[in-house]
Amino acid sequence: MKLLIASGKGGTGKTTVAVNLALAMAEKKIQLLDCDVEEPNAHLFLNPEYSSEVEIGIPVPSVDYSKCNFCGRCAEVCMFNALAVLKDQVMVLRELCHGCGSCAYLCPQKAIHEIECPIGQVEAGKAYQLDFIHGRLNPGEAMSPPLINAVKKAAAVDRITIIDAPPGTSCPVVSAAAGCDYCLLVTEPTPFGLNDLDLAYQMVLKLGTPAGVLINRCDIGDCAVEDYCNNNGLPLLYKIPWDMDLARLYARGEPVVLHIPVWKDRFREIFFHIQAARKVAMRR
Amino acid sequence: MKKLAIVSGKGGTGKTSLIGSFAALAGGSAVLVDGDVDAANLSLITGAKIVESNDFYVSKVAAIDQESCNACNLCLELCRFDAIKTGYSIDLIACEGCALCCYACPQGAIKMDDKLSGQWFVSETAYGTLVHARLGIAEENSGKLVTVIRNKGEELALAGGKDYLLIDGPPGIGCPVIASLSGMDRALVVTEPTVSGVHDLKRIIEVCLHFKVPVGVCINRCDLDEDKTSDIDSYCQEENIPVIGKIPYNQSFVHAMLSKMPLVKYDHGLISSLIEEVWDNFRS
Ligand code: SF4
Ligand code: SF4
Repeated sequence: MKLLIASGKGGTGKTTVAVNLALAMAEKKIQLLDCDVEEPNAHLFLNPEYSSEVEIGIPVPSVDYSKCNFCGRCAEVCMFNALAVLKDQVMVLRELCHGCGSCAYLCPQKAIHEIECPIGQVEAGKAYQLDFIHGRLNPGEAMSPPLINAVKKAAAVDRITIIDAPPGTSCPVVSAAAGCDYCLLVTEPTPFGLNDLDLAYQMVLKLGTPAGVLINRCDIGDCAVEDYCNNNGLPLLYKIPWDMDLARLYARGEPVVLHIPVWKDRFREIFFHIQAARKVAMRR
Repeated sequence: MKKLAIVSGKGGTGKTSLIGSFAALAGGSAVLVDGDVDAANLSLITGAKIVESNDFYVSKVAAIDQESCNACNLCLELCRFDAIKTGYSIDLIACEGCALCCYACPQGAIKMDDKLSGQWFVSETAYGTLVHARLGIAEENSGKLVTVIRNKGEELALAGGKDYLLIDGPPGIGCPVIASLSGMDRALVVTEPTVSGVHDLKRIIEVCLHFKVPVGVCINRCDLDEDKTSDIDSYCQEENIPVIGKIPYNQSFVHAMLSKMPLVKYDHGLISSLIEEVWDNFRS
């Protein structure tokens, strides 16, 4: 199973759910991937011991001036305005470059080759019994999808994988979601939570990934989120009430399942609900 | 006119609730911009009515003409985003719009179509004009849409002789955040005393300082973990950053949201007066 834990916005408890689910089921040799590479947080709760760190880069153009005749073709074909050809120089605006390779392929003088330009690191290690992998995007870097893909590539294929997704519904989440066979949408019962759930649900529909909902702090708001789930045939898998112990442990970076046994049972229950829902979805 | 941005790094810290209140306190002398184009929420608590909508086109997507295609496979070999599906059709989600296939196709069978990347809106609210947007699902959040609505907000604020431009910044530290922050007169970082909050606070402050935007900090739910709150205090002291507000945990945040109102309009007690102090300090 490849499970994506997502939410339309941040702060709904996505990371808490991902970390505690993985720890509660640790005997299943779970691997946990933190794909929120802009703000990776799961490691704060796990303090993993890293055994590898790999620099990740994207290919960006480099111009060989002994061949370039400043014809301007490269800048013309780049769809992302990442190149500017001046009188005696070809400028590469690398934060705009998508690494598509068009310029190198289409340069009439074959003056462009590509060099790897670092965008961040993938770190892998162990925490408790979990295999843990995450990515860290360098500050100021714009392209997170290649780093997210690298985190996913570093994972073993034959294992239960839990993925903490980046917030939102744009490119980065879609990269994190590719290849996942179920998505748990974490939300809260407020107007913001409802709006964000709606966006996240539109996304999983578009991707064709079956999904279920977990309502966090289920007793702080109203029933609009539950009604939404019912009206859209979206399975509501679990509700977690507001709990001061949970909030305080979270604040200090302590996974609740390691401290309060009843929470371990609850997260195991959540896991079994997800497994069952996934089976139902796969039969369809 | 003063340009003020409210950011948080991490989602869910109560940033949008604060902006809604600031807007109400500004009493019509501000134009609001919701820079979170991936999950816009500010319209939900300001009673927004859309008065203008605009389509936003920025990206392209490839289309293969099956008649002219002779199945040479070149596009499949060249595409770095695995966007050419078997049967030579385009995976619309994976396609980045780089156009390499279009340039390379020996048959000229591929053309690039405009793709609707999102929509942006001007709305009237009870507390002034709001400019907000909806990025399409799976689109690249490049910051371009944020720049469009920010410019529109500035234009409207200048034309209307307003005192403030108030931007609700997106989560993270990437391009959309930079598009919201650069050139602002002041930024307020809303954080919370949790390990994730502290971690993300430091990263977003780095970005603010990089863009030379003077910054203040507001600690929301400051009583959740007193140790973490004093960690934030001492960090800010070291960095010479003023902590301009501390707001204890209070249910009226949620209750106001459920009533779809800014907090200061819903609750006239301690929390509202604390928010008012933060606003007075932030705008001065
Ligand atoms: S296309 Fe090649 S020769 Fe022409 S300006 Fe670019 S690098 Fe130089
Ligand atoms: S690799 Fe693609 S995106 Fe990068 S500069 Fe060349 S054409 Fe532009």
